[in-house]
Order: sequence, then C-alpha cells, then structure tokens
Amino acid sequence: MLKRVTSEFGEKGDGPAHAASDHRLVAGHAGTSVVDIRGLSLTYEAADGPVYALSDVDLQIDEGEFVSFIGPSGCGKTTLLRVIADLEQPNAGHIHVNGVSPSEARLRRDYGFVFQTPALYPWRSIRKNVELPLEIFGLSKAERRERSDKQLDLVNLKGFENKFPWQLSGGMQQRASIARALSFDPKLLLMDEPFGALDEIVRDHLNEQLLQLWRKTGKTVLFVTHSIPEAVFLSTKIVVMSPRPGRIIDIIDAGVLGRERRLEVRETPEFLKIAHRVREGLRSGHSYDD
Amino acid sequence: MSTALRATILIPLAALGCLAALIMVHRPTMAGQAGLGFWTLVGVLWLLAGIGLSALSHLRARSPAARRAVGLSVPILFGAFLFFLWEVIVVGAGVPSVLMPAPSAIAGRFMASLPTLREDFIQTFVKSVLSGYVMGCLSGFLVAIIADRIPFLRRGLLPLGNFVSALPVIGIAPIMVMWFGFDWHSKAAVVVVMTFFPMLVNTVAGLAAAGRQERDLMHSYAAGYWTTLVKLRLPVALPFIFNALKINSTLALIGAIVAEFFGTPIVGMGFRISIEVARMALDMVWAEIALAAIAGSAFYGLIALIERAATFWHPSYRT
Repeated sequence: MLKRVTSEFGEKGDGPAHAASDHRLVAGHAGTSVVDIRGLSLTYEAADGPVYALSDVDLQIDEGEFVSFIGPSGCGKTTLLRVIADLEQPNAGHIHVNGVSPSEARLRRDYGFVFQTPALYPWRSIRKNVELPLEIFGLSKAERRERSDKQLDLVNLKGFENKFPWQLSGGMQQRASIARALSFDPKLLLMDEPFGALDEIVRDHLNEQLLQLWRKTGKTVLFVTHSIPEAVFLSTKIVVMSPRPGRIIDIIDAGVLGRERRLEVRETPEFLKIAHRVREGLRSGHSYDD
Repeated sequence: MSTALRATILIPLAALGCLAALIMVHRPTMAGQAGLGFWTLVGVLWLLAGIGLSALSHLRARSPAARRAVGLSVPILFGAFLFFLWEVIVVGAGVPSVLMPAPSAIAGRFMASLPTLREDFIQTFVKSVLSGYVMGCLSGFLVAIIADRIPFLRRGLLPLGNFVSALPVIGIAPIMVMWFGFDWHSKAAVVVVMTFFPMLVNTVAGLAAAGRQERDLMHSYAAGYWTTLVKLRLPVALPFIFNALKINSTLALIGAIVAEFFGTPIVGMGFRISIEVARMALDMVWAEIALAAIAGSAFYGLIALIERAATFWHPSYRT
C-alpha cells in the first residue's frame, strides 16, 4: 500500500511532459471553461427546516467573459459566487476553476474579490490597502509600490494614495477596493453587488469605468447584482436566477451589444430586448410573485 | 450683553473677588468666625462665576486654537472655583482639620512631606503598580491569544477568569501577603489578579470584532492564522485593548493601595494612609490621596494619549 502511494507521487513529479499531458486531460474534461459547474447543490439547515440555497446548478464560463448573476434576494446568486470563491462548501455536484477545485484555486490566489462594502482597513492608507494582498504574498517593497501605483492609476485614484479610506467618498472607496482586488493580477475578478450601496449617478459612472477596466485588463469578471440595467449594460452573459430553490432560469448572451459600450447603449432596441428577456426570466421564476 | 462680553467681564471680576475673599478669610479676625456679610460676598461670587463660566462654555471661538483654549479653560476654572469654595468654607466656618482640612493646609503638608511622599510613590506606584500592571496586562493579552487559538481553552478559561475577577481585593490581599511576603511583591500580585481579567475579556472580545467581509478577504488571499491575526484582527482589537489598559490603570492603583493595608514594610501610600488616620493626621492622609489622584490621572492620561496616536483611524478620533 505504502509502496503504491510513493510510486504515485513519483509519477506526479515525473517531469514537464507528464504534467502537460495531465493538464490536457483536465482541460479536456472541463472544456475551455474558466469556471465549470455541474449539478451543484447547496443546502443548509435552518431552524424551520432545510433551505435549498442552490439546486442542481450547471454553468460554464469562458475566459475573458463578463458574467452577471441577477435575481431576487434569496435566489442564491451571492451563494454561488461564494462557492466559486471557496467561501462556502457545496453539498453535491462538481465545480472546477481553471481545472482545479475552488480551494486549490484560492490557495493559488486566483481570486480577486470585491464585496458589497469596500472592506478597506481604516488603519491603512489607500496605498497600503491596495498593497495588502501583495504584502501577504511577500512581494518586495519596490514591486508593491509599482503595482499599487499602476492599479490606483487604472481606477483614477492617483493623488489619493496617502488618504485614509474614511476620508474618501463611497464611490472612491469601492474603486480602491477594486484596485486592491486587481493588484495581484488574479485570474478571476469576483464582485458581489459592489455598487449596491451607491447612488445611481455614481453607479452609472463606476459602471462605465468598470467596463473600461475590463477591456484594458481582459479579466474574467463574475458580477452579482439586482439591477437589470446594470446587468445588461456590463455583461457578455447574464445568468438569471430564481429562489426556493436557488436555481438558474435562463442564461442570456449579451455579446451583441459589443465590448465598447457607453451609457447611451441603454436606449438601443438591442439593449431593451435583452432587458426584456431578463425580466421574462425573472417572471417565469416567480420573482415578481407576492 | 453678548456671551463673549459677559465671559470677558464677569470671569476676571469673579477671579478678583475670589482673591479678595481668600485674603480676607485668612485674617485672624475672620478665620472661623466669618459673618453674614462675608457669606453674602461668597454667594455673589458664586453667582458671578456661574454666569461667567456658563457664558464661556457657550462661546463659539473661530480659530481651532482658541476653541481649544476655551475648551481647556472651562474645566480648569470650574475646578479652581470648587477649590476656592472648599477653602473659604473650611477656613471661614472653622471646620476642624480632622474632619476636613483646607486645600491650603493639604498643599502645605504635601510640600513639607515631599521626601516621604516620594518614597511612598516609588514603593507603591513604581514597584507594585507598574510591575503588577505590566505583568497582569501582558499575561491577560497572551492568554487571550492562546484562548483564541485553542477553543477548548476559551470555554474553560473564561468562566474561570470570571470567577477570579469576582474575588474581592480585600479577600485576596491578605492571602497574597501570606504567599509573597510583606514587600511590594505581594501588592504586585494583587494588581496582577485585578488587571488580568479585564485585559483577557477585552482582548477576546476585540479579536472577535473583525467583520465577516474583512475576514473573507483574508481568506480569499489564502492568508494563514498568524497573518490574519497581525494584519486584521489585532488592529481591530486595539480599541478594546486600550479600553482594558485604561480600566486597569485605575484598578491597579486601588489594588496596590488597599493591599498595603494588610501588612507592608513601613513605606507605601496605603501604609501611610492607614497609620496617619490612626494618628489623626488627616492632612497627611489627604496629601497621599492627592498624590494618588495625580499619579492615577497622569497614568490614565498617558495611556489615553498613546491610544489616540495608535487608533487615530477609529471613528471616535477621526479628523
């Protein structure tokens, strides 16, 4: 028994040729998807019986896509994002992120997570906040500085490096939090209703900036929202979800709107058609019922 | 009359009046037999000072420096007036010094006994309080970290700590004297027992205070226990830890003084208070109380200053 285990270890560390074929095998299994989810379910016990947070979810996300998850509260969109980020554990089903489990992907530092609140540490300046993950990963001071400069420039926060989070507006804080998530160049950017607490004008502005950022960086973005215009405006793919049990109702391709979008795109017939389909999906999932 | 005018006229007027009353009351013909006229003067001064201080506290100064000066002067003037009342009433009415000595008598005794007070201060504050405080706070903090790391210890230690903290100082002090001898070691031990638990409880609470998203963030960076502790949970716990440090600064002084009532070498603030009471030398008792008050406030103030610098980001200090 012991001998077999050692020989298996030996095979794994055999060399690059072997590793490459291993990788192809995994890639073949998962297709070309960055995120590959099959038959995923998550149930937890509440005081009044089990809650089916996610039920039999299938989803494939390709590299470079901007995917929005939309649905009423309790539909499991945030839970799904948290499962992908390895912040929650599913009960059943398969999930692979870049060919590995979410836990391995997290340990590999594949995830940049942006929460509902900026979650900046108030005792750190904006620069030090952006450099926090880099500090944890053990980058040199010079490299940290270079990266934080670059990211703060990308989110238009140049000149605010030495301010503290509480000296900045809510929109600026959330931009700093995005810069922090991008600072270590993660494969995936996960955003959980990042602009939910902001007013609509700031939100529109940040949506435009986020699209620019996405085009510049080419990251795969997973974006949870409860705003239909926001979802349609930002996404190449919209995942419509519904509650009790949390499941996917419809997956809508919004690539027809192109990658270069301005706020005016919201008045075009294509945009309205997609928004209509999102609404239809929500209705069929009884999201508008009392 | 505007508030500014009222403050600038009435306060100097009241101050001059108080000075005059002080000089008057200390005349041999007046001390102990002040008449109705004198008490009427004191009443009028009270009124003047009251209106003047109230105007001063309502003053809205324009520059930050002036606002600061006003903010500082109100409590100082108020305190000075209370001392004035104490002085004139005690001297004017001839209150026996065993019941209540005048502030001037206490100050005189204080200045005359500086060498004794210095020795007592070193014995009680420097040796017992400071060493006990450092040991108690440090061990409370370290045990909190250990209890945080090992959950079964948290369940076992916290109730035990609760139990220890409920023991009265009066009860522990004689036992500590039996264990650690008459010198400052036994007093430091009492201080350790008194300061340990507030630090433990506050630190445990502070370590649990980090928000869910802040923790998730660390988790998503694959940060380990110690990294999360140093970069997130300890900074969040800092305001709680400073709270414990402040509470303990006054607790430690009380503990050390009370513990000296139960056996001590012939030096120390608690020892001096207990024997001077027995000798009816109440002015010396008051001098020791004044020393304890000064030392305690300075200690507390120092910690509060450090707190301000260390937790400048906390909502209560943000600028």
